[in-house]
Amino acid sequence: MSILNLSNFLEVYLVIAALLFGIGIFGMLYQRTMIGMLISSELILAAASLNFMAFSRFLASDPTTGQIFTLFIMGIAAAEAAIALSIIIAVYRNYKSIDTEDVASLQG
Amino acid sequence: MISLFTAEGLAGLVFLFIVAVTVGGALIAVGSPRLPRAVAGLAICFIGVAGLYYFLHSPFVAVMEMLIYVGAVCVTIVFAIMLADPGDEQKVGRRSAVAAPVGFGVGALLFWGMAMLGIKTMWPAAAAKVNTGSVTDIGHALITNYGMVFELISLVLLLAIIGSLVLARAGRGKS
Repeated sequence: MSILNLSNFLEVYLVIAALLFGIGIFGMLYQRTMIGMLISSELILAAASLNFMAFSRFLASDPTTGQIFTLFIMGIAAAEAAIALSIIIAVYRNYKSIDTEDVASLQG
Repeated sequence: MISLFTAEGLAGLVFLFIVAVTVGGALIAVGSPRLPRAVAGLAICFIGVAGLYYFLHSPFVAVMEMLIYVGAVCVTIVFAIMLADPGDEQKVGRRSAVAAPVGFGVGALLFWGMAMLGIKTMWPAAAAKVNTGSVTDIGHALITNYGMVFELISLVLLLAIIGSLVLARAGRGKS
């Protein structure tokens, strides 16, 4: 395993996907605006897709399975982004803010 | 040892560059204090992920990644920022000081655990391939084995379109 041969090993992709997942979790906890949290959730979904693609390329007997699963993840992510952004716009219309700490009407 | 000046060596160099683009874009996306820069970082990260898909022998999924994520999702987020960004100073980070260290700790712990899990596990040997995973095979699988899921996801997308239109058109008044 030389450094120029890394693209032929399953573990490399798993580590990259884990890194993307960790960065996404960090952003989810760190970002203050709802759009920032949505961006972080897209990173987490990308990490999941990368795992599916890597396993499909290296281990599965049918290489189309992971690709089709990734396509479905993309569809779900697109639907999720559309719904979340319209909810964010509706929240902004009511509160004039997309900061998560300003939207506190249900605080006890 | 692979020489740098062969086709495999250059491909390895391109792979390292793509990994750097992916990780760098992700770091910009979560760490930037301004939302437009965060979206630009997200687009860079998705371009890198599309390159990784290309290295995984799936050029079709790579093109779809570029089309759907870079072309559609990022542009939609940019429009939402235009419609919903208050425009004043965007401070990054929570008001409470513990969010950044706790977030970093949880993210680093999850990364370490999952990376170790991926490296330490003895993965089984690759099974014999029943097809080559080409676009033709994907198309055949989509209309035979996965036909029901294909129909369901089109229904989900239709509902998402209608729902987002209804939600974004008329929010409740503040009164």
